[in-house]
Amino acid sequence: MTAVAWIDSVLQSARPQAVGALLRYFRDLDRAEEAFQEACLRALKNWPVNGPPRDPTAWLVLVGRNVGLDDVRRGKKSAPLPADDVISDLDDAEADVAERLDNSHYRDDVLRLLFICCHPDLPAVQQIALALRVVSGLTVKEIARAFLVSESAMEQRITRAKSRVAHADVPFETPGAAERGERLGAVAAMIYLLFNEGYSASGGEAHMRVPLCEEAIRLSRLLLTLFPGEPEIMGLTALVLFQHARAPARLDADGAIILLDDQDRNLWNRDMIAEGHALIEKAARHRRPGPYQVQAAIAGVHAHARRTEDTAWSEIDQLYAALERLQPSPVVTLNRAVAVSKAQGAAAALAMIEPLAAQLGAYFHFFGVKGGLLMQLGRAEEARVAFDQAIALARTPAEAAHIRLHLDRLMKDGQTPEKKISQDVGSPKARSSLV
Amino acid sequence: MLYAFLCCHDEAVVNSWTKEEDDAVLAKRAKVTDKLAAQGKLGPALRLMPTTAATTVRMGRDPVVLDGPFAETKEALLGFYLIDCDSLEEAIETAKQIGRDEKVVFEIRPVKLYLPKREVS
Repeated sequence: MTAVAWIDSVLQSARPQAVGALLRYFRDLDRAEEAFQEACLRALKNWPVNGPPRDPTAWLVLVGRNVGLDDVRRGKKSAPLPADDVISDLDDAEADVAERLDNSHYRDDVLRLLFICCHPDLPAVQQIALALRVVSGLTVKEIARAFLVSESAMEQRITRAKSRVAHADVPFETPGAAERGERLGAVAAMIYLLFNEGYSASGGEAHMRVPLCEEAIRLSRLLLTLFPGEPEIMGLTALVLFQHARAPARLDADGAIILLDDQDRNLWNRDMIAEGHALIEKAARHRRPGPYQVQAAIAGVHAHARRTEDTAWSEIDQLYAALERLQPSPVVTLNRAVAVSKAQGAAAALAMIEPLAAQLGAYFHFFGVKGGLLMQLGRAEEARVAFDQAIALARTPAEAAHIRLHLDRLMKDGQTPEKKISQDVGSPKARSSLV
Repeated sequence: MLYAFLCCHDEAVVNSWTKEEDDAVLAKRAKVTDKLAAQGKLGPALRLMPTTAATTVRMGRDPVVLDGPFAETKEALLGFYLIDCDSLEEAIETAKQIGRDEKVVFEIRPVKLYLPKREVS
């Protein structure tokens, strides 16, 4: 790795802590970002000459603060860089600031920074875009690409989101335990949304969205580093790892969705799966189950099965039952029905989902599952009707194409009961309405 | 003399590497370690899971189990065991047995990649 590439990755990984700390100093998001930007420019000039500092994050915070204060004194935002002697003798100062910025400070700084992006007035997409810009430091161009919109449209969205949160009254005092818990919950939900945004892509655009999933994993790990004893954050991290582990097997060469049952499991990332298992095992010791942990456990059961037929469906059924208790929702019941169909047969599953029709009448997956179950029971005509309804509700061409595949099979051998169920059981999108 | 080489890295930086960057680092190292292996000098090597997967057992009258890596600076790393355990629970229990009546701290970290000693061909 070249020196510049190394510095880039250090700057990227230091960003959440450094911008979070600078936000605490300046209490102004734009100023904190600008100060960090200036500090990065200086690092690119200084580090290759003087060698990297012992604590790069502390260095960036110190330099960013000095630059920012300088700007404040001059009363203008675009001041030139201060002379080198202003930030000389960095060794002592660095030790000083490092001491004051111990882990406990950083963690509330980073949490605050993430939490500001979760402002309840912001639509989900704006929350995510803002977090990617402010916390992860992605360029507007990169974010626009990931959301498949023009750069200027994304620029506008982020500017609007920023002006909204600028008026948000997020206290800068160290939060109490209850408040910290609330912030953690909101931030975890935002990170999961970010992951889903990347995961739900399909077709030609899919490869552009992988960075969103990777960023969600990085933020989730960061949160867990800062709050190592939170079982739900362990669950969240495990969940995104399990799901992302399947990414190489999820789409075929034409970009069509490959169902969990049909995926080449040799393509799954075993390192991520092992890490996910280690995390849910750690979380289980706390005996404080929560929705992320249970969802991670479900994904873990799928990941554990080397072949589809090895899947422990009754275990998945029980886990969905636990999720129904924690977070009752018709979508959870729908997912549970898929497990039930595998463990007990299609008739039991169909009986389970029929009462959901009123609530899920506009939900693509409901009709996909219903059609699949009817097909298994040999009720071809009813299955066709359900699949037609699913196609009408599909949100992506890949979803519609997938259901058409079932219809084609139905036309060809309508008499033969089909084994497949048209539901990507592992799709987080199917569950995203839960969080 | 056998030497243990403990690899310490800025974890946030390593976590932000792309797969290509990660592979490049390993390939660069392999140029050295492959030679050592050919000379019969390379013992087992391993890569640990991230510190977020770690659990720490602090021994004492009542052993304390903590989430996360070992963080104190007072104690120094003096040795390690590589033990095959069926579960985290078993690993914690094993640590408690080994460290009985000591004031030792064990950081238990799952191993991501294990490369046993390669025989000289």
